[in-house]
Amino acid sequence: MSVIPAELKYSKTHEWVKEEDGLFVIGLTDYAQSELGDIVFINLPEEGDEVSVGEAFSDVESVKAVSDVYSPVSGVVAEINEELQDNPALVNEDPYGAWLIKVRDVTEQEELLDAAGYEKVVAEEEA
Amino acid sequence: MKLLFERSRKGRQCCILPPCDVETAAFDESLLRKAPLHLPEISEVDLGRHYTELAKQTHGVNDGFYPLGSCTMKYNPRIDEEAAALPGFTGIHPLQEPESVQGAMEVLYETEQLLKEITGMDAMTFQPAAGAHGEYTGLLLIRSYHLHNGNKERNKIIVPDSAHGTNPASASMAGFEVISVKSDENGGVDLDALRAAVGPDTAGLMLTNPNTVGLFDPNILKITEIVHQAGGLCYYDGANLNAVMGHVRPGDLGFDCVHLNLHKTFAAPHGGGGPGSGPVGCKEFLTQFMPAPLVKKEEDHFEFFVPENSMGRVKSFYGNFLVVVKALTYIRTLGKEGIPEASAGAVLNANYLMKKLSGVYDMAFDTLCMHEFVMTLQRQAHEKGVTAMDVAKRLLDFGIHPPTMYFPLIVHEALMVEPTETESPETLDEAAGIFLKIMEEADTDPESLHQAPHSCPIGRPDEVTAARKPVLRYQF
Repeated sequence: MSVIPAELKYSKTHEWVKEEDGLFVIGLTDYAQSELGDIVFINLPEEGDEVSVGEAFSDVESVKAVSDVYSPVSGVVAEINEELQDNPALVNEDPYGAWLIKVRDVTEQEELLDAAGYEKVVAEEEA
Repeated sequence: MKLLFERSRKGRQCCILPPCDVETAAFDESLLRKAPLHLPEISEVDLGRHYTELAKQTHGVNDGFYPLGSCTMKYNPRIDEEAAALPGFTGIHPLQEPESVQGAMEVLYETEQLLKEITGMDAMTFQPAAGAHGEYTGLLLIRSYHLHNGNKERNKIIVPDSAHGTNPASASMAGFEVISVKSDENGGVDLDALRAAVGPDTAGLMLTNPNTVGLFDPNILKITEIVHQAGGLCYYDGANLNAVMGHVRPGDLGFDCVHLNLHKTFAAPHGGGGPGSGPVGCKEFLTQFMPAPLVKKEEDHFEFFVPENSMGRVKSFYGNFLVVVKALTYIRTLGKEGIPEASAGAVLNANYLMKKLSGVYDMAFDTLCMHEFVMTLQRQAHEKGVTAMDVAKRLLDFGIHPPTMYFPLIVHEALMVEPTETESPETLDEAAGIFLKIMEEADTDPESLHQAPHSCPIGRPDEVTAARKPVLRYQF
């Protein structure tokens, strides 16, 4: 059973979101990392790049496949998690600690799910 | 086993060169290497043994059943090889005068006529080196067409989410933006999602039919109509033509251009790095943009020509010519009756094997399939901890090449099985028995499955380290 912390918000496409000091922190959920399998490479945007709701801002390569990561918000990339460039496995080890990007100047966000809502999404996918 | 570089001994060699009987010319000092080349020095017998040892560790169609879904690993008839080895084909040079290579030009012309008939297209080029190169060339045709008509805003290519990964990659390479549309619950294109995706910026649609889950999309005429009405063109990815050749023609389904994989559908060998051949065909209105040169027949004489608005060359000379010779031999050997029969056999074999495995293995889609079918091990993964990877690895112990794993992405724990038409009922029965036995082992001895294969020189290579910290060359 995958871990779904109660204090975070979620997208249907398996990203988690946390508001912190005016920034939106985005990462991949535990379910996403377990479905992807061992991650070998993460392609992140650059600071200052714009991200838009529902559009891919990153792609993640695992031993199984390459998958897009979609942005749940529109805004500007304030910071990327440099550590992932050298050690993408951190997302497998600690999905809620290993954030991907932090976004500033958010103008729009998709309707995010709470933990209970996201749990239903995961249950449906597993059915 | 030891690498060639590890077997290398200074001064040892394969060939004894005759003394030089022409005048030697010295290179300018500035052009000479400072350090010697790192080349292995090895005797002929050691070299031969090295490659024989490698060959023993591989699995090819000649070794056994090879149901690698989406790859059409059919048997490649010997007669194709014999034709391609004729000295009249192997001993010519692409820069020879056309008058001296009329036979080779006739091969290109003749194969073009046959493939035009099979696909319902009006012209075909053999330049693309393989499938993805064909996709790229086909997309350049679409691009040329829109630019020629002054529609440079048509820059989006629609690709279903079940497509081969090469489709979105080729579209990006050709300068398009990729729009993904979802599949419906039957694995086909969701018509509403397609209607919502098309518009004045649509350049075209890329579609594989039968698709990557082995199903023929029943809405195909509707799909091509929606795209055409929006002003886009329809591209047929011929990767799965093996299921329908001689039965259905992409040209009659509304497709404007198509690529074929001669190295799959038309029985030229593949795997191990090629060479492939990915000819691209198109309808009359696109022929002006085709890569050059093409071959035409004037009375009983063959000539090269360049179409009016040709995009130029996409590869040197005429593509992988000898693969075309193999495909021509294959088509002419099977003939008008044999080609559709081959497809019918591919579909029959896939359904036969699927039926034998149903009940024990869960099928991703509960319906008749075309040339391949997709199973999902999701239930077994949850209940027993046995994954698609475990089953695939265990098959190696029985001399069967695993099916394609974890593809298509829309199916969890996927195993995609394509038996092809060249397998006998006995082979299929034997394979079915092994698949079923492995699932019994999942109950009785799951641990052994996790450790499989037990009989291969390499069991479970560390793919993660290989991808994260690749060693790409020999460390001298």
